[in-house]
Amino acid sequence: MTLEAKNLSFSYPHKKAVLERVNLSLRSGQRLGLSAPSGRGKTTLCRLLAGWERPAGGQVLLDGRPLSQYRGFCPVQLLWQHPEEAVDPLLPLRRTLYEAGPVDRTLLDGLGVRDSWLERYPSELSGGELQRVCVARALRPELKFLLCDEVSAMLDLVTQAQLWRFLLDQAERQGLGLLIVSHDDALLFRLCTRVLTWKDLYM
Amino acid sequence: MKNRRQSTLLLLLLAGGALCAVMLAGALQPDAAADFSQKNLPPCLAHPFGTDWLGRDMLGRTLAGLSLSIRLGLLTSAVSAAAALALGTASAALGGWVDSAISWLIDLVMGVPHILLIMLISLACGRGFWGVTLGVALSHWPALARVLRGEALQLRQAPYLQMARRMGVPWGRVLTGHIVPHLLPQLWAGLILQFPHAILHEASVTFLGFGLPPEEPAIGVILSESMAYLTTGRWWLALFPGLTLAATVSLFALAGERLRLLLAPASAQE
Repeated sequence: MTLEAKNLSFSYPHKKAVLERVNLSLRSGQRLGLSAPSGRGKTTLCRLLAGWERPAGGQVLLDGRPLSQYRGFCPVQLLWQHPEEAVDPLLPLRRTLYEAGPVDRTLLDGLGVRDSWLERYPSELSGGELQRVCVARALRPELKFLLCDEVSAMLDLVTQAQLWRFLLDQAERQGLGLLIVSHDDALLFRLCTRVLTWKDLYM
Repeated sequence: MKNRRQSTLLLLLLAGGALCAVMLAGALQPDAAADFSQKNLPPCLAHPFGTDWLGRDMLGRTLAGLSLSIRLGLLTSAVSAAAALALGTASAALGGWVDSAISWLIDLVMGVPHILLIMLISLACGRGFWGVTLGVALSHWPALARVLRGEALQLRQAPYLQMARRMGVPWGRVLTGHIVPHLLPQLWAGLILQFPHAILHEASVTFLGFGLPPEEPAIGVILSESMAYLTTGRWWLALFPGLTLAATVSLFALAGERLRLLLAPASAQE
């Protein structure tokens, strides 16, 4: 499968354009890194690719079909940079985790998600613990592409390594395409099959 | 008292209990009978609030009037809060022309003075209990609807809502599972803080003669009748019913404020 951005443009209301005619292509099994300074629009690009926002121009295509035509669970999921914003603060995590359907038990064990965490509310867990719950929630069998937007920035080095090892294994097993967005070039070169800079998007 | 949360809860329960007691006492007592041998008595032990020109016990009439006011206040607040929740969330969830239409309606109803609107609706619906109820219920929802719309609009942008949508959770479940629970603290506080408005407005339209009929033992009726007797020195006819009305209203305001303190995120943990 291929996830493509074609001539993608986007601007927030009453602001200068953030993205102008951006192109990007990601295949299943590929691990693409994207590195750019703060404020360039990395997160905006991820939001567009995951279907959170409508582009002002251009298209996001999944296997040639516009992403907005896919109903139900979206095969492209975004792992949000701030996991505490990605879960409803009023719900115990069990409700959030199983909201969209069952989650594979082995995923939870692999990520080290403990059962006792699931009885708690988001404010009672750390960012790293929440991020692991978010990863487990996104890794459904229908998932094809996972966009990781600075997902490990808030973790200590050991936990970062564990999370990435798990994600790379899982990507291999499910044949996922990964887009990994980070400031940390060393991390990107370690993880990715190819690393792009912001300039490459305008080629 | 162990901490502020407990003392707040205690005050809330006391205020709620006092209001329930008044409502039940007024609703369960028999109608005040006229007794001409007891007419025009100033406050005494047997009649703490005095008696009127027909010899009716003013304490009983006041309780009956307050009870009616509280029941009317409950009904109208519930109706207008439900309307505010429905319109506010619909406005935020559907957006587009629905949002414009509802915002326009909010501005329209807020632009007309409450008391005028209540009088007009009450007259159009043939006055009486239902006229006043409709009048108060249909004029009090906009402020709360505007607050809830704003909250819901802000929630719509929350990443966890986007996430739920992209995970394939249908809109209906996003609305009931994520949006409405976040609006409930505002809704409860708004609901209780609407009682005092509703009660005062009911009493005012009734006082002005556009509300409840004279045979109902309403506070507005008692107050407007007693105006005629004030100049003849029967001060107790207006003073005690007026004071108890003021006390009831402040109890509701107190209860609403305590509830807000307990539920609002900024103060809930204190």
